[in-house]
Amino acid sequence: MIKARITVTLKNGVLDPQGKAIEHALSGLGFGGVGAVRQGKVFDVELAESDKAKAEADLKAMCDKLLANTVIENYSVTLT
Amino acid sequence: MKSAVVLLPGLNRDRDMIAALTKISGKPPVTVWQTDTEIPDVDLIAIPGGFSFGDYLRCGAIAARMPVMRAVAEKAAAGVTVIGVCNGFQILVEAGLLPGALMRNTSLKFVCRQVKLEITNANTMFTRRYQPGQIIRSPVAHHDGNYFADADTLARLEGEGQVVFRYAEGTNPNGSINDIAGIINSQGNVLGLMPHPENLIEAAHGGTDGRGLFESALGIAA
Repeated sequence: MIKARITVTLKNGVLDPQGKAIEHALSGLGFGGVGAVRQGKVFDVELAESDKAKAEADLKAMCDKLLANTVIENYSVTLT
Repeated sequence: MKSAVVLLPGLNRDRDMIAALTKISGKPPVTVWQTDTEIPDVDLIAIPGGFSFGDYLRCGAIAARMPVMRAVAEKAAAGVTVIGVCNGFQILVEAGLLPGALMRNTSLKFVCRQVKLEITNANTMFTRRYQPGQIIRSPVAHHDGNYFADADTLARLEGEGQVVFRYAEGTNPNGSINDIAGIINSQGNVLGLMPHPENLIEAAHGGTDGRGLFESALGIAA
C-alpha cells in the first residue's frame, strides 16, 4: 500500500477571504509580524498500489479531475 | 416548450424551479436524477439551487462529476438551453460548462436578501424580454457567490458580451469581480447566475422581475 499527502493551495492573485480573516485573528491574538495567511486543504490518501510511478500518476489525475479546481488552485503530491 | 429539472441530493430550490417552469411554460418539467445518463428531448434544462452533496470539497464539485452532468454537457453541446441558478451555477462552473470559479463571499457571511441586477446584455436568449441597462430586482441566498476569473478570461467575457447580469447600485452581496452576477458561455446557450429569478415570478412573490428570464429562455412571446 502507498500513502500519499496531497496539498491544495490557492493560486497567487486569487483573493482568499478566509485566509484574510485568519490573518486578522492571529494579529488580534497578539502574534506580531504575521504578513499573510493563505488557507488550503490537505488530503491523506491510501492507495492499494505498489508501483510508485503509477500511484503518482493516479494521484495527479485525481487532483485534476476532482480534488483541485485548477482554475483557482494549485496542488502538490507527496508519497509518504 | 418542454423543460427538465436536474435533481441531486442536497438541492433545496428544486420545487421553486419546478413551480416557476410549470407556471410560465404551462406544463410541468420532467425531472432527471443524478444517476440518469440520458435526458429526454427538451428545449430547456434547469439546475436549481441548494447545497448538492453538502457542498463538500467545493460548492458543486461533486455534483459536477455525477453521470447526469455528462448528459447535460452533451445536450448543451447540441444547443439545448441550460440555466443554472445559485448551486446550479456553481455546478456548471465546476463541470467546465462555464468559465471561472465561485468562491466564498468576501464578507464570509451567508447573504439572504434582495439585490438589484443590471441587464448588461439584453441581446441573449435569456434576456431578450428585458431592455439593455434595465435594473431588475432579484433575491439572493448564498455563501459562495464571489465570482472569479483570471484576467484573460475576464477580458474575453466582458469583450464578448458574456456578462449578462451585474449587481447594480452598490448591491454586490459577495465581492464578485466586476460585480458579475451571471454569465453565458461563448455559444450563448448556457447561463449561470447566483440570484434566484425563480423566486420573483408572480404577484404573491412581491414582483415579477424574474419572469422575463424564463419567458426569454422558453421563447414565450410578450
